[in-house]
Amino acid sequence: MYEIKAKRVLNPSTKMLVLTAPDVTRVCRPGQFVMVRANETGERIPLTIADCDRKKGEITIVFQEVGKSTKLLGSLEVGQSVQDVVGPLGKPTEAEKKYGTVVVIGGGCGTAICYPVAKAFKEAGNYLITINGARTADLLIFRKEMEAISDEMYETTDDGTCGVHGFVTTVLGDLIQKGKKIDLVFAVGPVPMMKFVSKTTEPKKIPTVVSLNSLMVDATGMCGACRVTVGGQMRFTCVDGPDFDGHQVDYNELMGRLNAYRDQEVISDTRWSKEHGGSK
Amino acid sequence: MSEKKQRKPPTKKVPMREQEPVKRRKNFNEVALGYSEKEALAEAEKCMQCRNPKCVSGCPVEVPIREFIELIRERDYMAAAAKIKETNSLPAICGRVCPQETQCEHTCIYGTRNEPIAIGRLERFVADYAREHEEPLPPVTPKNGKRVAIVGSGPAGLTCAGDLVKMGYDVTILEAFHKPGGVLMYGIPEFRLPKAIVEAEVEFLRKMGVTISYDYVIGKTRTIHQLMKEDRYDAVFIGTGAGAPVFMKIPGENLVTVFSANEFLTRVNLMKAYKFPEYDTPVRIGDRVAVVGGGNVAMDAARTALRLGASEVHIVYRRSKDEMPARHEELVHAEEEGIRFDYLVNPVEVLGDDKGKAVGMACIRMELGEPDESGRKRPVPVPDSRFVMDVDMVVMAIGTASNPIVPTSTPGLELTKWGYIVADEQTGITSIPGVFAGGDIVTGSATVISAMGAGKRAARGIHEYLSAKAA
Ligand SMILES: Cc1cc2nc3c(=O)[nH]c(=O)nc-3n(C[C@H](O)[C@H](O)[C@H](O)COP(=O)(O)OP(=O)(O)OC[C@H]3O[C@@H](n4cnc5c(N)ncnc54)[C@H](O)[C@@H]3O)c2cc1C
Ligand code: SF4
Ligand code: FES
Repeated sequence: MYEIKAKRVLNPSTKMLVLTAPDVTRVCRPGQFVMVRANETGERIPLTIADCDRKKGEITIVFQEVGKSTKLLGSLEVGQSVQDVVGPLGKPTEAEKKYGTVVVIGGGCGTAICYPVAKAFKEAGNYLITINGARTADLLIFRKEMEAISDEMYETTDDGTCGVHGFVTTVLGDLIQKGKKIDLVFAVGPVPMMKFVSKTTEPKKIPTVVSLNSLMVDATGMCGACRVTVGGQMRFTCVDGPDFDGHQVDYNELMGRLNAYRDQEVISDTRWSKEHGGSK
Repeated sequence: MSEKKQRKPPTKKVPMREQEPVKRRKNFNEVALGYSEKEALAEAEKCMQCRNPKCVSGCPVEVPIREFIELIRERDYMAAAAKIKETNSLPAICGRVCPQETQCEHTCIYGTRNEPIAIGRLERFVADYAREHEEPLPPVTPKNGKRVAIVGSGPAGLTCAGDLVKMGYDVTILEAFHKPGGVLMYGIPEFRLPKAIVEAEVEFLRKMGVTISYDYVIGKTRTIHQLMKEDRYDAVFIGTGAGAPVFMKIPGENLVTVFSANEFLTRVNLMKAYKFPEYDTPVRIGDRVAVVGGGNVAMDAARTALRLGASEVHIVYRRSKDEMPARHEELVHAEEEGIRFDYLVNPVEVLGDDKGKAVGMACIRMELGEPDESGRKRPVPVPDSRFVMDVDMVVMAIGTASNPIVPTSTPGLELTKWGYIVADEQTGITSIPGVFAGGDIVTGSATVISAMGAGKRAARGIHEYLSAKAA
């Protein structure tokens, strides 16, 4: 059992939990994730390690409540425990390296996920530009944290309630057009956003790394549920990734596979809402 | 008619009761129901108690078969169970899933003229009796102060752990999943091997003093070298199995309704998707399902799909029935339940719609040619034989490969060209001193009992190694 030491509501649908998981903190590096199973009947879901405190033996996870499993996690309080935390899994992002100018792009709850990676880029001596996007102002998260480590920071909202009115690609496209020399782009967020970021950087061949969020079961390379096509080859997100060359990923296939259980997710979600007073 | 004395006609095994096919194809309850005491006694009576029995030599873990059958005849079932457990820590499991027809029953002397003694069914009877009647723990061995880490809690790891704890070692199993058992838990379905039985056998080992840490992925959470150098284990046994799925590398394999058998079975067995939505993990099920492959895994996947509501399930195998590697009993059970078999057929493409769902599987027909390296006749394509099977879900059960997590995180560990660990056949020792290995991670996908045999030999190997080191 893994105890919850702290909890923060980042926005109405995004929560942050700090969990005791000393074995994970001993070796985890930016870009890696854990598999979490909330309780005995729960499913195993992958969540990126958003922060890690080696001394206290605690990791931070951030998630958006999109279905039953994340709502269940979000309903847990400090002092309670989650059943299983496995990790750290996946390959770390190659962030502890000097590239020059690095643009880190987070969409939605992706911002929290890419925070440790952004921090590592910065600590390795890179000039760090961050672009933090959300649908609307209320949903922007990790603003202070990102600001503290960024050399340049941009915020975008789809409805113009904060920062640039538009998408993260609006800002990225601008930077490229203005002739900014960019050595690497790292993007985490919804699949369409990663797809368009990669499209934006492709003409200038700016190296682009995306961190994929495939459905997973074991996350140790045992089942193939997380398979994606990258550069025409079958790869497993859990062991070969989660980072891949953004220009090589078959995003349409990834989208299809992510939606594989939509019907069942609705069943679980409706059931959960009924049992919990219909609250969203 | 000759004048010769009339010989008795060959006898058959006392049949074991089973759930009716029409009923069982709709539920996950165990198919085979086991012997009653009366049936077990009748079967045991037939054993000739040979002076030089051949049955034992067919058993990879050398169960004292003649002796335990004798104890059944004396109606001392508890003693019979203890007798088996001297060499086999998991008899309730072996009695259910071992391919006895190629092992102990194959060599049984009584079997030369008759159906052999039903050794597997007797083993199951005895193990179930003991479990249901508060089987006493064997005497505890004084601890010798040495610590051994076992990586993986499949049959290889569990057997190695059980034997070492009996010798006085301090044993810790490190398991990646949240449940023990390996394939016994995530692969083999409930209707063939109830999970409560696996858990009870593991619980027995725990009571004997084996510690199990779950959620612990060696190669990620900790490496083999860290276990040896920083955590100061005196020896490590690697029993991580052959856990990586193999795909056919044909177009359409990444469609949403195409699964590896590992994924399909893990969702259903380990994560209990057959109880969705009570359990949160879902599984998709098609109306017309094709399972590609001819082994136990294919049979299990097909029979599971049927139970989850598929109206038609096909097993698609590129050779003929004679070459099928599945246990005979599984094949028969699958046929009885209405699984259809398409022999000498090989898929070449899975066809999908714009939602990524499978809508058909293009196949070609095969014929058997010259025998290949494995001695089985090689299937060769029949020209111009392409046709499309009308299916909406496909499960690939064509085998497994070595999982790279441990090999790639352990510098100095010698591997075969297929990525399996090179280990000594007799002692299990690898290229790294103090590190041993056995089971599917050494041999490639094999059987429960061969993994157990390897775990047993490695326990002996570890004991010899550590005794020699101390001396
Ligand atoms: C569906 C199916 C049906 C089968 N039916 C039969 C049958 O009827 N009869 C028969 O004899 N055989 C059968 N087999 C084969 C048999 O189950 C295997 O040969 C046997 O289980 C191998 O045992 P093992 O201990 O080597 O590995 P496994 O059973 O694979 O166990 C390995 C364990 O190690 C863990 N592990 C893996 N990597 C790590 C890591 N890095 N760190 C920590 N832990 C790790 C795994 O989670 C797992 O628990 C079947 C196999 C399958 C898949
Ligand atoms: S070989 Fe057959 S008949 Fe002889 S002791 Fe073994 S089980 Fe009994
Ligand atoms: S989640 Fe099973 S192989 Fe990646």
